[in-house]
Amino acid sequence: MSLRLLKKTLLRLGFWCLIGVLLLYAVFPFYYAIVTSLKPSGALFQVSYWVESPDFSNYAAVLHQASFLRAIGNSLVVALCVVTLALFLSVTAAYALGRVKFRGRGTVLMMVLGVSMFPQVAVLSGLFEVIRALGLYNTSWALILSYTIFTLPFTVWVLTTFMGQLPHELEEAAIMDGASPWVTLTRVLLPLLWPALITTGLLAFIAAWNEFLFALTFTLTDTQRTVPVAIALISGGSPHELPWGLLMAASVLVTVPLVILVLIFQRRIVSGLTAGALKG
Amino acid sequence: MIKLKLDNVNKQLGGMQILRDVNLEIAAGEFVVFIGPSGCGKSTLLRLIAGLDSICAGNLLIDGQRVNDLEPRERGVGMVFQSYALYPHMSVYDNISFGLKLAKTEKSTLRERVLKTAQILQLDKLLQRKPKELSGGQRQRVAMGRAMAREPDILLFDEPLSNLDASLRVQMRNEIARLHARLSSTMIYVTHDQVEAMTLADKIVVLNGGHIEQIGSPRELYERPASRFVAGFLGSPKMNFLAARLHTPGETSLVDTPVLGMTSLPFDSSHLAAGTLLSLGVRPEHVSLKAAGGAVGIVVAGVEYLGSETYVHLETGQEEPLICRCEVSAGWQAGDRVELQLDIDNLHLFDNDGTVLERHPQAIETRPNEVSLRSDRAPAL
Repeated sequence: MSLRLLKKTLLRLGFWCLIGVLLLYAVFPFYYAIVTSLKPSGALFQVSYWVESPDFSNYAAVLHQASFLRAIGNSLVVALCVVTLALFLSVTAAYALGRVKFRGRGTVLMMVLGVSMFPQVAVLSGLFEVIRALGLYNTSWALILSYTIFTLPFTVWVLTTFMGQLPHELEEAAIMDGASPWVTLTRVLLPLLWPALITTGLLAFIAAWNEFLFALTFTLTDTQRTVPVAIALISGGSPHELPWGLLMAASVLVTVPLVILVLIFQRRIVSGLTAGALKG
Repeated sequence: MIKLKLDNVNKQLGGMQILRDVNLEIAAGEFVVFIGPSGCGKSTLLRLIAGLDSICAGNLLIDGQRVNDLEPRERGVGMVFQSYALYPHMSVYDNISFGLKLAKTEKSTLRERVLKTAQILQLDKLLQRKPKELSGGQRQRVAMGRAMAREPDILLFDEPLSNLDASLRVQMRNEIARLHARLSSTMIYVTHDQVEAMTLADKIVVLNGGHIEQIGSPRELYERPASRFVAGFLGSPKMNFLAARLHTPGETSLVDTPVLGMTSLPFDSSHLAAGTLLSLGVRPEHVSLKAAGGAVGIVVAGVEYLGSETYVHLETGQEEPLICRCEVSAGWQAGDRVELQLDIDNLHLFDNDGTVLERHPQAIETRPNEVSLRSDRAPAL
C-alpha cells in the first residue's frame, strides 16, 4: 500500500517539476528583460535575478524619444489596418470557399496554402519592386500591403474551416427567410464566427506587430518606422555601447499591450481554437 | 382547388438520378406526407418544392404558376428543418421576426404577427429567451413559428420530430395536427416514421428509389397497397409474404404455395403465364391460429409479448418466419403446433415485379372466406 502511495507522490512530484521547467523556459527570457530594464545602466552587468530598487530611468528615456512614440503609433496603425483588411477579405473568401460548392475549390485552397509556404526572403526583392512600382515605398501602406499578403493564407484557412463547420441548415433557414448571401453572412453566420474572428484577428495583429524584415526593407525614415525596427535601431552614445537597458525597456513596453490583449481574449481564443472539436 | 402541382419533375445530382418523373397534385389545405426508406428522394423532393435545390426537368406549379425559377421567398413557402436550425445568437422573438424584417414589414404589423404566432404556438412567455435556453419541444415550436410568421400558403416539414424523444414526439405530433386544423394551410411533411404518416396525413405519397410508388389516403395504402413495396413498407410488424407459384391463370387464380398448398384465390391473373412466381401477402392481424392435434401443423418458433397483444412467430420453412398478431389470452407458447387460417378478404397477391394483382369482384362472394393450411402439407420437421 505504502509503495503505491510513494509511487503516486513521486509521479506527482515529477509532473510538477516538469511544469516548473517548462514555465522557466517560457517565461525566463521575458522576466530577465523586465529585470534588466529596471536596472540603472551602471548595475547592468551585475547578474541578479531580483530587483531590489526598481529604477525607471530607462523607461523615461525611451518614452522621451519622439521617434519611439511615433513608431508605436505607426505599428498600431499598420497592425490594425492589416487585421481589418485581412478579416474582411478572409471572411468573404471563407464564405465562398467554405459554404459555396464550386469546381476548383480545393485547388484554390491549395494555392492559398502554397503561397504561404514561400519564405519572406524569397519574395522580398519581388515585393520590393511591386511596392516601388505602386509608389508605396517608405509609407505605412507598403507594410499594410505586404503583411496582408502574408496573413491572408492563414486567416482564410482558419476561417474557411470554421465556416465549413457551421450547419448548412442554418444557411438554408436564412434563405427560406428571404436573406441574400450578404445578409446571411453578416447577420447569421458572422455572429457565430466571433470566437474565430477574435482568434485569427489577434494572431494577425501579433504577426503584424512583430514583423521585422519587411518593416526594415520597405521603410526608410524614422517617421515611417514600426516598433521592431525602431528598437533595433536604438543606439548608445558611442558605436561600442549597446544600451541594453533602453532596449529592454522598449521591448517590455511593446510586448505588454500584446500580453494584455491575449489575457483579455484568452477565453475567446481557447473557445475559438477548439470550437467544433466537440459537439455541444 | 389545386395548390401545388409537380409535372414530370426530375432531379439529377452528380450523375445520379435522384427523382424520376414525379407527378403529384396537392389540393389547398391538404396535409400530405412523403414517406419512404432513406435515400428514396423524399427530402430532395421537399427541397425542390422549397426552392433550395433546382429542378433539372419538369415543372413545379404553385397556384397554377410555374415557380421553377423563383427564389424560395417568392414562392410563399415556409420550412421547418430537421435540426430546427434556429439562429443561436438571436432571441425567440428575433428568430420568428427575422423573415418579416427582411421582407421590410412595417413595425407594428411585424410585432402583431410575431405575437400572434407566438400565441398560437404557446411561446408567449419565451420570446426573450435564446434557443439554447429552450427544451427540444420548445425549439421545435420556435422553428415552426419562424416558418409560419410570414404566413406562407404552404408549410414544409423535413422530418421535424426525429430529434425528439418518444413521448415528446407523440405530443408534438398532436400539436402539428391541431395546428393544421387551425391554420388550414397546405402542409407537406417528410418522415420515415409510418406512425406519423398514418396519423397526420390526408394523403400519403410513398416514394421508393426516386419514383412515386403509390399515392392515397392512409387507409387506402394500408388496405389496398398497389405494390409489394408499399405493402411491406407500411404496417408493423410488416406484412408476411409467402412464396407462391401460379398454377392456373384466370379470373380467379389457382396458386400453389409451399405453406398453404394448392389454393384458389380471387385474383385476376389472366395476363400472366402459368408457372409465374408470385408472392402472397397477409398482414399479421389477418392470420389466425388454431391448435393442431398431435404431431401435425406448424411449430410456434417464438412468442413476443407486448402487453396488449402478442406476436407469434411461426416456422414455415420460408426465409422469414411468419408473424401472427394474437390476443394475449390465446396463450400460445413456443413449441405449440398450430394450424393457420388466413382471412381471404385481406390477402394480397403480387406478381414477380411486385405489382398487385387485381381482386376479382364476384369471386369474393362465391369463395369460402378463409383458407386453411392443409395439415398434410406441414413442413417436415
